[in-house]
Amino acid sequence: MNFDLTEEQQMLNDSLRRFVANEYGFERRQEIIRSSSGTDKATWSAFAEMGLLGFTFPEDFDGLGGNAIDTMVVMENVGRGLVVEPYLATVVLAGGLIRDAGNDAQKADILPGIASGERLLALAHYEPGARYNLSHVQTTARKDGDHFLVSGQKTAVLHGGQANQLVVSARTSGGISDETGLSLFLVDASAKGVQVEDFTTHDGHRTAEISFNNVTVSADNLIGTIDDAFSAIEKAVDLGIAALCAEAVGAMEAMNAATLEYIKTRKQFGVPIGKFQVLQHRMADMFIQTEQARTMAILAASEADSNDRASRREAISMAKTLVGQAARFVGQEGVQLHGGMGVTDEMFAAHLFKRLTLINLLFGDADHHLAKVSDGLLARTA
Amino acid sequence: MDLNYTPEQEAFRTEVRQFLDENLPDDIRERVQKRLRPDKAMTERWQKILFDKGWGASTWPEEFGGTGWDPIQQIIFEEECAIAGAPRQLDFGLRMVAPVIMTFGNDEQKQRFLPGILSGEDWWCQGYSEPGAGSDLASLRTSAKLEGDHYVVNGQKTWTTLGQHADWIFCLVRTSTEGKPQQGISFLLIDMNTPGIEVRPIIMLDGEHEINEVYFDNVKVPAENLVGEENKGWTYAKFLLGHERTGLANVGQWKALMKRLKEVARQEQDGQRPLIENIRFRDRLAQLDMELRALELTVLRVLTDKNGPGALASSLKIRGTEVGQQLFEMLMEAGGQDSIAHIPEALELEYNGPRAGSLDATPSAGDYFNMRKLSIFGGSNEIQRNIIAQLVLGL
Repeated sequence: MNFDLTEEQQMLNDSLRRFVANEYGFERRQEIIRSSSGTDKATWSAFAEMGLLGFTFPEDFDGLGGNAIDTMVVMENVGRGLVVEPYLATVVLAGGLIRDAGNDAQKADILPGIASGERLLALAHYEPGARYNLSHVQTTARKDGDHFLVSGQKTAVLHGGQANQLVVSARTSGGISDETGLSLFLVDASAKGVQVEDFTTHDGHRTAEISFNNVTVSADNLIGTIDDAFSAIEKAVDLGIAALCAEAVGAMEAMNAATLEYIKTRKQFGVPIGKFQVLQHRMADMFIQTEQARTMAILAASEADSNDRASRREAISMAKTLVGQAARFVGQEGVQLHGGMGVTDEMFAAHLFKRLTLINLLFGDADHHLAKVSDGLLARTA
Repeated sequence: MDLNYTPEQEAFRTEVRQFLDENLPDDIRERVQKRLRPDKAMTERWQKILFDKGWGASTWPEEFGGTGWDPIQQIIFEEECAIAGAPRQLDFGLRMVAPVIMTFGNDEQKQRFLPGILSGEDWWCQGYSEPGAGSDLASLRTSAKLEGDHYVVNGQKTWTTLGQHADWIFCLVRTSTEGKPQQGISFLLIDMNTPGIEVRPIIMLDGEHEINEVYFDNVKVPAENLVGEENKGWTYAKFLLGHERTGLANVGQWKALMKRLKEVARQEQDGQRPLIENIRFRDRLAQLDMELRALELTVLRVLTDKNGPGALASSLKIRGTEVGQQLFEMLMEAGGQDSIAHIPEALELEYNGPRAGSLDATPSAGDYFNMRKLSIFGGSNEIQRNIIAQLVLGL
């Protein structure tokens, strides 16, 4: 039992923290968000040079053989600086899926390209009406000779509009919500029949609505076994949730720092408002919630790579629930303690609040994951 | 980073579990698991059993007769004891005054006082709060005047937990009224059998006698019972409170209660179904279960931190007591209307009379009322927030 980072992780943490503070300041970030792609090539290249983009890939495929704890270290810094680059979409979700479910040819084709920063991928899985149900997939892939024809509509495809290739889930058999009968395909974003609507999110990230209309996909681009993709999708989403939990912790830490700074300098009634006990106690609660969320992000990262499904899913849902609740609390309180300034676009706190809010909405909110834990409790005590 | 216990730690857990299996008397186990009225003899018996095994003080270094266990071993021990139904050892001696004596006392005091704490022969209580000095502890007025080789103590202490059983009390007393209030406080060890001491019960809202007022009327205390330096007592008091707070997270006991709560939720009927199938109840149970898991891991994270708990001790006190209070509240609610009858006699093991509702519901409401103390004692949770604001946030 130990909670220490390795020396390498500590070094990674230090250098990434410096990079984000020096190269990814508030003004720079605002420019990136307003740019047409909503992402920054220079930052992505720097990440590639630091080895971040292939961190969790096997060494045989230009990776560093890292694990979810390494991802946690990266994502905390992503959260601290509100980095809007497609790290979650490309490296954690799509990259994680190729790593865990792809064959060697696919890994050799794709992972080095992600690691070098040349290729961006996104996971196109959620669908309208599915809400947070991972097995609810109506997009179909129909075998047609030695090809598949993919048709359907995907929603909330994070950084889907920036991706060169999409990892798309589709139903190859079974009913709408069956766990069996799902398959994964690698689809070029420029393929005929793929239509991408790119949107900016409230927190400055990008999301896409993507429709597939009889898109021809070669059988070589089937990822994993046909009809058997559900557990891989679930695992990738769990890795994504663990990453989001870490990102939220970084953002909460930044919110606490910004709020503390504000209440120490803002004066009313002749004193810094941080002298008022009513604000001190709220700040103390923000601190307590953040520390609890940090513990849960560590738990999520520790379990995210596990193949023990029940224990992994329980840890992930526990973490997403408590982190989601903490993110809401710290976000709202941070804005409140900033007073009128907290609801202006010029304050970092407002942007932290928006990211924290959206993190709770992604991949299942606190209620969704509470229900998972609760149902698990029933199953175990039955 | 690795959240698994090592094989050595798992082996240690097995060793503790086996010891408990073989040595925890059945009547004690039953009394604790049914949450019946605690009693002095039970606590003393259990302390003696642990002492004979060499496990009397799980948090002490070996040089004073402790186990020398690391923080993880201490946690494993506590958790196994709680799950097995062992009574909580008496904190006032083992975890509160003993570390102060070890750290600030002289050799003579160590030799004189530590063995009695370890064996359980001496029962200690805490003399901190006064009627006019609660959260503002430094305003305390109980005075100690040096007259020759004695201090003469006058004043009143209150909220003295289990003081009715105590052989000794460690007291904060005022030895000077000069300077800031904190500067004139000393740390004095007082024999409860000294003439001039009177203990009066305070009955708590659950009808139980757990706390007391202690009056001092010209009580003569040998000067050698002063710990450390005169007027430095505030430093020792703060040191002690840090120790107390880490213990207040109480994870082992809460895990045992959570286990019980889950069993109760399965056994209690909600019409034609077990209570656990009531989704509103179960969601709250799940929420609490998660918060307990977060607390447990945070305690482990803090205790294994090379930099020590620091001001995070305060946040553990807050979260630990909040989780504990919710556990007792849910145990009461799980009983529903079975929880409403107040039958004080039923809190004794030998009780055979009539009951209202289920056996498990008998102590529930009383416990719930009693445990409101958790967020109040040991420095109220509001005081803990002040400490976080000052020490962590620099406000």
